[in-house]
Amino acid sequence: MDYLALYVTLKLAVVTTVVLMVIAAPVAYFMTYARFPGKSFLEALLYLPMALPPTVIGFYLIMLMGPKGWIGRVWETLTGGSLLFTFLGIVVASVVYSIPFAVQPMKAAFVKIDRRLLEAACVLGLSKTSTFFRVILPNSLAGIAASAVLVFLHSIGAFGVLLMVGGSIPGETKVASIAIYEAVEMMDYRTAGVIALCFIPISYVFLLAINKLNSGGRA
Amino acid sequence: MKIVATLARQLNFFDVDVALSCAPGKMLVMIGPSGGGKTTIIRMLAGLDTPNAGRIAFGDDLWFDSEKRVNLKPQARRLGYVFQDYNLFPHLNLFDNAAFAARDKADVQSLMALFKIDHLKKRKPHQVSGGERQRCAMCQALARHPRLLLLDEPFSALDVVTRRGLREELKSLKGKLACPVIYVTHDINEALFLADEILPVVEGKIDRGWMQRTISREPGEGAPTKGAREPRLALVY
Repeated sequence: MDYLALYVTLKLAVVTTVVLMVIAAPVAYFMTYARFPGKSFLEALLYLPMALPPTVIGFYLIMLMGPKGWIGRVWETLTGGSLLFTFLGIVVASVVYSIPFAVQPMKAAFVKIDRRLLEAACVLGLSKTSTFFRVILPNSLAGIAASAVLVFLHSIGAFGVLLMVGGSIPGETKVASIAIYEAVEMMDYRTAGVIALCFIPISYVFLLAINKLNSGGRA
Repeated sequence: MKIVATLARQLNFFDVDVALSCAPGKMLVMIGPSGGGKTTIIRMLAGLDTPNAGRIAFGDDLWFDSEKRVNLKPQARRLGYVFQDYNLFPHLNLFDNAAFAARDKADVQSLMALFKIDHLKKRKPHQVSGGERQRCAMCQALARHPRLLLLDEPFSALDVVTRRGLREELKSLKGKLACPVIYVTHDINEALFLADEILPVVEGKIDRGWMQRTISREPGEGAPTKGAREPRLALVY
């Protein structure tokens, strides 16, 4: 039983979820309320990772994060190391891969907030930033929770993009889905089966949580 | 300080073009048929809508001037604005709602007592009645020590008895307020009861004869305008 791979998977999912919640909230806010030409193009670009094959995302990330890509070069000058085949590298990959799943439910929650509430906040003297923290966020907790659950589930299931960017280094980038694949390749069905079984209760409980959030409104 | 405004804005079916002023401690009641531009006028005063042309001056402060390209944000106008509904934040209890933009929390306490909702402090807006919500909205607006109080049909979603009670409380409160109050209603009784000055607004223009025509028309005489029906109904009470 590959506990280490399970640990890396969970660590990756938790880090991805936390990072994406912080990034996606302002992005979703901006995409909900800002009006500018070309918004629909930017929005489609943001959701592109959902429509692309994970290996394609992985390929472009390798190009960007590799020694010749600009992210890779900047990273190397800053730290002296490489981003590829590291835990941080797969965090970046996983964040990019899950962006649409973070932004969409949040945006849906923000859209649902009555504009008159925002006007009330505006008249009461709140700046846009204060309105975001004092009115929008507390009234979209269910949407934010749904977004967090979706991102978490999507990250524990990532495979292709992580294999491309991270390879399979035990304890560093070898996640459970890769461990299952490798076990099956070695004809070790028992190991693969045990790891696979671990996913079912986790995913099931989280799906139940999403259903509850979606039907119940406020968490 | 006195508010003086001239406002013009094009709407889909007519143009708004009015001039108004209101002194501190006085109540200007804008009345007229629904859909006549009253809310647009009050939203322009609040800074939520931008006039195409005009000027809004509050004492020596210029809030809006289309020629000088001045347009003060709603946040900077320091207003109290009570809408017909949707003033309160659903995630906060009544006390936190009333204290949302308060200058001093001690004021909130006394305002809530004045509006007789101090026993409901811990309740959320959906756990109290419509009348209690509007009382809380009044507290929220007043706790900010507004320079100008805008009330856009604040009681019209309430039942007749509650509305009458609140109307009386507002009238007794009016004398204590040091700011100009602009009140929008389509209810003639309410206007006559509360106003220091009545400003009838019909299709975006001031129409001083509107009230007289609406009250005096006998049933069956001419085709009633779409808005005239509502005030006539209100006269029953």
